[in-house]
Amino acid sequence: MVESKEFRVLSPTAILGYGFPEASFQRGLNRNPHLIAVDAGSTDPGPYYLGIGKSFTDRAFVKRDLRYLLKAGVEKKIPVVIGSAGGAGASSHLRWCQEIIEEIATEEKLSFKLGIIPADVEKKKVLSALSRDKISPLKYVHELTPVHVKESTAIVAQMGIAPLQQALEKGCDVVLAGRSYDPAVFAALPVMLGYDPGLALHMGKILECAAIASTPGSGADCALGILKSDSFVLEPLNPKRRFTTESAAAHTLYEKDDPYHLPGPGGVLDLTDCKFKQVDSSRVEIRGTRFVPSEKPNVKLEGARLVAYRSISIAGTRDPIMIKNIDKIIGEVREQIDEMMSRDKVEGDIYFHIYGKNGVMGEMEPLDFSQTSSHELGIIIEALGPTQDKADTLCSITRSTLLHYGYENRIATAGNLAFPFSPSDSSLGKVFEFSIYHLLELEEDEAEIFPCEVKEINCN
Amino acid sequence: MKKNIREAARVIRSKNAGPFELTFDVILSDEKWYDYFISHDILNREKICEIFKIQPERILSIVHFKPANAIKFTIKRERVSGAPGETDIYGAQQHAPLLDLEFEYTE
Repeated sequence: MVESKEFRVLSPTAILGYGFPEASFQRGLNRNPHLIAVDAGSTDPGPYYLGIGKSFTDRAFVKRDLRYLLKAGVEKKIPVVIGSAGGAGASSHLRWCQEIIEEIATEEKLSFKLGIIPADVEKKKVLSALSRDKISPLKYVHELTPVHVKESTAIVAQMGIAPLQQALEKGCDVVLAGRSYDPAVFAALPVMLGYDPGLALHMGKILECAAIASTPGSGADCALGILKSDSFVLEPLNPKRRFTTESAAAHTLYEKDDPYHLPGPGGVLDLTDCKFKQVDSSRVEIRGTRFVPSEKPNVKLEGARLVAYRSISIAGTRDPIMIKNIDKIIGEVREQIDEMMSRDKVEGDIYFHIYGKNGVMGEMEPLDFSQTSSHELGIIIEALGPTQDKADTLCSITRSTLLHYGYENRIATAGNLAFPFSPSDSSLGKVFEFSIYHLLELEEDEAEIFPCEVKEINCN
Repeated sequence: MKKNIREAARVIRSKNAGPFELTFDVILSDEKWYDYFISHDILNREKICEIFKIQPERILSIVHFKPANAIKFTIKRERVSGAPGETDIYGAQQHAPLLDLEFEYTE
């Protein structure tokens, strides 16, 4: 077991591609970190990115961030670990990120051993697990059926620390992993060296958002984590920011339903006895977090499937008579469209997003529109169809119907909508939904589902 | 005396907790306010249902988290994030009705 020795982890940014100030990164390097780790992913941007196989971050900025990480890591011999490559972390995202890494290596003449860990799970494997009752839904999630599995265009599992450790044990200088449990990239190496997994994972949980947990918070700035044998310390890398007990504790709440028990691959992080202590004006020490291994370890599966194609039209109205009667008018237009759809066999669904009424909260909006009405409304007509052409058709007929609809008491007869753009309609392409969000019970060693490829990059 | 929650809380926010749940954090300004909110049961199940006009079954949990002076509650999303009809993919703008919460304050 490690005694009093520190293990310092540099977290450059909350999501690879969000950017960070060069000065903060340099301050981090001056602290001689033992690891540079970054999380690149999230399900927050919705199911599209996993389904279509594209990154939600911009290539130019991902390359910009990676260039700093790779140059520093290779030159100073600091391992670099990147998780949830390309955002959603499926193989297309992983290869996209790998291509950027190799481009940088060529441009900067860098040589290193690259470990690549895909997180995709074969449909065959998922179907087999499903038939043997080894898959369970998370809270509020539908029961999984073979149809969900077969229709998914991508299925990934969130890896924990074991597959990353396997790559590090093979001597990889840079590890690029597919979908990963956010804290895993920060915790894999220190846990391998004997540090406490509860503290390492909790530190990873905070560092995965980099400076978001400091005050003032930022997702585009660096932070340092210092892991010790029985605690860890958070240190800002920008003099503008401080970690406080409140900011660190508050971050533990973020995006989770129960801040005391945080489940992940292989076990639960238990914060019941966790203590936050202010060490000095900008640093916080945390202790007492425990990792409780599960009796039946599992990994979380994520999948997305194509459900429709989308076309939208953006417009607005300033007419007080139309605004006052908007619900009635939209209802009547909807009826007219429904009739047209059944008469002319147009398939699809229409949604009206009415900004100024309930565009943000939808059915959740507690305010009564008749009591709060705005002087203008933004209207987005959203049409979903089984093909792009059909979505475009439905959007077009809905837009023209609403534009010229002769509602009751109408005074302005030239047109009901103000369009900011020509063309007024845009084809937005494929629409995906989360088809899989389930736990897969592990029947083998975790590292076996996430095999590691090693590639020597020689660009000297 | 009536007070608005904005006088007592420094952070009020909503966000997805995964694509199927929506979680709300009310972080009180200090321990005093936290203790006041807990002892006076200001943000309880009934109040949340009243503010958001939802049924109690929709609330998954209400957790008091003292290290952050926070009250946290999580509800089932109206629809899975990104499903047809979605209005807020990240769930980051569903907190607003909480900002109008008023409570009775006695020293």
